[in-house]
Amino acid sequence: MLQTAKRAGDSASHKAVPHERYLEAFRWMLQTRIFEDKLASLYRGGMITGGVYIGRGQEAVSTACGLFLQKGDVLAPLIRDQAARATFGEPLLNVTRTYLGSRQGSMRGRDGNIHRGYPEAGQLAMISHLGAMIPVVVGKLLAKRMKGEEGFVGLTTIGEGGMQTGATHEGMNIAAVEKVPFVLVASNNHFAYSTPNDREFACAHLVDRARGYGYEGHQIDGTDLAACLEVIGGAVERARAGGPPQLVVAQLLRLAGHGEHDDASYVPPEMKKERWAQDCVALTEQLALKNNWLDAEALKQWRTEISAEVDKAVETAQREAAPVGSEEDWCAMSTRELVDVVGE
Amino acid sequence: MSITYLEAIREAQAHLLREDERVFIYGQDVSGKFGGAFKATKGLAAEFPGRVLNTPISEDAMVGTAIGAAMEGMRPIVEMQFADFSSVALNQILNNAGTQYWRTNIPCPITVRLPSGGTKGSGPFHSQSMEAIYSHYPGLVVVAPATVEDAYTMLIDAVAIDDPVIYCEHKYLYYHLKADALPKDRLPIGKARIVRPGRDLSIVTYSAMVHEALAVAKQFSADGIEIEVVDLRSVKPLDTDTVLASVARTGRLLCVGESFPWGGATAEIVARVATEGFHLLDAAPARINAKDTPIPYHPNLWSEHRPNAKSIAAKARQVLAE
Ligand SMILES: Cc1ncc(C[n+]2csc(CCOP(=O)(O)OP(=O)(O)O)c2C)c(N)n1
Repeated sequence: MLQTAKRAGDSASHKAVPHERYLEAFRWMLQTRIFEDKLASLYRGGMITGGVYIGRGQEAVSTACGLFLQKGDVLAPLIRDQAARATFGEPLLNVTRTYLGSRQGSMRGRDGNIHRGYPEAGQLAMISHLGAMIPVVVGKLLAKRMKGEEGFVGLTTIGEGGMQTGATHEGMNIAAVEKVPFVLVASNNHFAYSTPNDREFACAHLVDRARGYGYEGHQIDGTDLAACLEVIGGAVERARAGGPPQLVVAQLLRLAGHGEHDDASYVPPEMKKERWAQDCVALTEQLALKNNWLDAEALKQWRTEISAEVDKAVETAQREAAPVGSEEDWCAMSTRELVDVVGE
Repeated sequence: MSITYLEAIREAQAHLLREDERVFIYGQDVSGKFGGAFKATKGLAAEFPGRVLNTPISEDAMVGTAIGAAMEGMRPIVEMQFADFSSVALNQILNNAGTQYWRTNIPCPITVRLPSGGTKGSGPFHSQSMEAIYSHYPGLVVVAPATVEDAYTMLIDAVAIDDPVIYCEHKYLYYHLKADALPKDRLPIGKARIVRPGRDLSIVTYSAMVHEALAVAKQFSADGIEIEVVDLRSVKPLDTDTVLASVARTGRLLCVGESFPWGGATAEIVARVATEGFHLLDAAPARINAKDTPIPYHPNLWSEHRPNAKSIAAKARQVLAE
């Protein structure tokens, strides 16, 4: 089953998403935008060691990825999922702790930036190797089923670049073979680092792959929040209800560099005029204001509140101690007595 | 009653499935009446329904799935059809399983069974011993049992360990080794065993090469030369203390491994003895491994490619002559 959702302006999807849900999602998008702008400026100011990778332009998709998950579900976020992570329960403070090198972050200085997880809220720590988290989600779901849990789903994301790895193929296939409640949300942001679509894949539509794997496939304009909520929310619901694995492919443009070190000068100017290349945060804001779901005053209030939350997360992390090499527990194993000791 | 090395592996898995509901077996062709390419899981699917699962030919996803299940509290045993194909899963084993606990504090208790080592006619892609690669990376335990008894107890112990364990089982030993019964006692993982005491030379080895070394020791004993044979049992952690104690007794060291010569377990042992026990040595430490070529198909070539009793004996004579 392939389905292409209509745009928010169209009556069908408009009605499907109540405006309270739309606004709730918009606030998460706005938080993500303001927060990631702050991270980018900290990076430019030399306050962050290593890379900063943001999801500018992908907030609508990412918010929808987190919004429908519940306690007991599994999220394996990837590069551009700040919104999904926040929506599904990771506090901003854990992000600033990780980026700013506090030893109190969930990765304790052992891993950084987007490679962080937040296990207490069901969020796995990605490894860099694209596609590798898909089977890990499958394993979590398989184990939950073996333990007799019910009603859970697992969701992970991928880019159109990451969709071309062998790991993604194996992972997508094994999810279908194991019949686990799995949702894969792929964002085609048109560049894998600097490489455009025509050097990544040669099929007409990535969503067509759904059929080949035994998934249900859906295609959306990733700048259209209502469509994201309806389709991704629907996919989560279908999977949760025992449906086959779900593949959602969103069209959009990455409105930032691959990382903040990258000026994305390889993006052709004419591409930026495409409908799917617009800024989802601006579009959502316009629609919310136009429909009088939100007034300018309330919006201003949101911005003020969010900026205060962001500043607090940054300041708190900045005050905290960094990890110290001489105090570090240099042990990669949980079984102490099996640590290999190389004498000097 | 007599039990083979292969049967011991099957019995260990039956025991684990019986005793621990978190255990399941995940691999190609392991289920149904078939019971695995080598029959290491024969009959288990029927005895433990839903817990011996066939997988697609997707080594990367098999291990990835096992990792997820382990993080969720299960104790998966992954059977690779041959150790050689675990190369496809290297990423999951090294980068995901091996880093998980360090990065996230969440233990990752998977056991990956690798049918390893050469048998006649198996060629370059069905004969490999991969313990060196897995030992090089942090976060993994790597074991290589050489006896029926160890095959049994070390598999049971491997699954109990909260960290990922690479269990290298030797295909040549599958049918060649027999014991009278399953063992009652066990030596824990991480401890080497002196399988034959001696005073003139220490041969330190593991897996199938233990038996080649024992043959050499027996042969030398007839001439009054007593070789001590140390079976490492676990490659990582490496029981340096037992090795050093042996070298302290004999003053001479020969390390034998079936895998390729560059680096690996034998080089690691030599390095440790040289750095930590230099004063114990009366002669330069030596090592013997397979040749630095892919593993040949033809029996005539294969038997020359890996160390064997003849080449080990020749090397031992050199070390003793020094
Ligand atoms: C297996 C693998 N190869 C290379 C990389 C390096 N890398 C990191 S992100 C990236 C581009 C990813 O593009 P895409 O999947 O489309 O996601 P996007 O960055 O566009 O969100 C590359 C090549 C990697 N992480 N994993």
